[in-house]
Amino acid sequence: MIEVEDLACRFGDFEAVKGISFRVAPGEIFAFLGPNGAGKTTTIKMLTTLLRPTRGRIRIDGLDPTAEPHEVRRRFGIVFQDPSLDSMLTAMENLELHAALYSVPRAVRRGRIEQLLRQFELWDKRDQLTMTFSGGMKRRLEIVRGFLHTPRVLFLDEPTLGLDPQSRLQLWNHVRAVNQQEGITVFLTTHYMDEAEKVAQRIAIVDHGRIVALGTLAELKAQTQTESLEAAFLQLTGTAVRDEAASSADAMRQMMKAWRR
Amino acid sequence: MNAIYILWLRSLKHFVRSKAQIVSSIGQPLLYLLALGFGLGPVFQRAGQGNYIQFIAPGVITMTVLFSSMFSGIGLIWDRQFGFLKETLVAPVPRVAVMLGRTLGGATVALLQGLLVLLLSLLVGFRPASLATLPEAVLYMTLIAIVFCALGTALGSRLQNMQAFPMVSSFVMMPMYFLSGALYPLAGLPAAMKVVTAANPLTYGVDGVRGALIGSWHFGSGIDLLVLVGVGALFVGLGAWSFARIQL
Repeated sequence: MIEVEDLACRFGDFEAVKGISFRVAPGEIFAFLGPNGAGKTTTIKMLTTLLRPTRGRIRIDGLDPTAEPHEVRRRFGIVFQDPSLDSMLTAMENLELHAALYSVPRAVRRGRIEQLLRQFELWDKRDQLTMTFSGGMKRRLEIVRGFLHTPRVLFLDEPTLGLDPQSRLQLWNHVRAVNQQEGITVFLTTHYMDEAEKVAQRIAIVDHGRIVALGTLAELKAQTQTESLEAAFLQLTGTAVRDEAASSADAMRQMMKAWRR
Repeated sequence: MNAIYILWLRSLKHFVRSKAQIVSSIGQPLLYLLALGFGLGPVFQRAGQGNYIQFIAPGVITMTVLFSSMFSGIGLIWDRQFGFLKETLVAPVPRVAVMLGRTLGGATVALLQGLLVLLLSLLVGFRPASLATLPEAVLYMTLIAIVFCALGTALGSRLQNMQAFPMVSSFVMMPMYFLSGALYPLAGLPAAMKVVTAANPLTYGVDGVRGALIGSWHFGSGIDLLVLVGVGALFVGLGAWSFARIQL
């Protein structure tokens, strides 16, 4: 369903992704893990037509996102890592806008919105502007929105960031359900190793823009001779804390330059 | 089609919900009307040009439409910064449709603000020559709104952050306004000013609105319409092209 070969992306003199290759089979749940700044979000941006790769080849359901972005967009859904709601619209209006953009048929629209809003406990807040929502509520609404249409591939970029355990449980149960019932392929990133352990069939670990390990949970544990994904992850990527992103690293460099003057 | 409509509707909802924006969008035109209208009125009269309020009101209405359109086009940066832009960019909708929905929405809001200022100018003493030509004035206001929303979108697609905003304001919007004939008659200008004002698309918008409202034309409706439609097509094309190339 997803094929990536030698994919790379460069911003100025910083190479965020340095030639990665992997395949995700149809109906698979695939976890893409790595420390901050490893290149996870950049990879997702390239897979979802938001960013042009510097080199490499991508196929989503057999289609090239750079050549046929529109066809590719019809095949995936995404929950972004950072906020993407319209704060001047109500929860319901955000969902209706999404449903219109994704041509969710009117007949199923109302029912599905209500079911998902109830499941993620936002039904009572549906007519409030999202600017009044707490961080957790916004997150839940983004997740509800991501599940509103049924794509072939679902990208989840750190979907559980800032969610309480109850909502996380709901989310992963729902992900498993749509994966099993509708055969949706799932590509996810998370910093919570237990989540990847529970839901993912295969796991890739990325660091400094490269894939450092790829396999099932059992394979990763065997490869690193560790007892848990967390231990395997730390062994593969080290214990040093990373810069959040290229931009903040650049900002630091600029500041250093300014200081020297 | 559905996407264009829903994004257009979004702009209107934003407008209706931001009371502060409505109030502040009226403040500046009102200041121009009162301070310039009454301040320069006696000089204008003595120069034998007639009532300055009559002359400047169409210019201030045009200014309102210009500022509102440009801001909504550049407002793209807001959506980029607060993340909503992503949601529309990954949607299975042609980017042209997204751009058109935004542009038409922004243009509608700009037109509403222009009409609001037209009403205000009536309170200050502006009297259109006839009500029959009001639809013609609205047509010109609509064209101006589309032209500058599209230009704003073209600029907003290339700008990364809010810091660029004042730059656009002082190097694009203000010069266009001051070099358009909104505040002074075009007849009898020095040669250089003639060239600059004639090269400014807003000049034809001002002329159209003023012609329609008080019956005094500089270029005439044929030329005004031709220029606005032509520049409009060009800017909408440019805006759509720039918007389609946005990367995040």
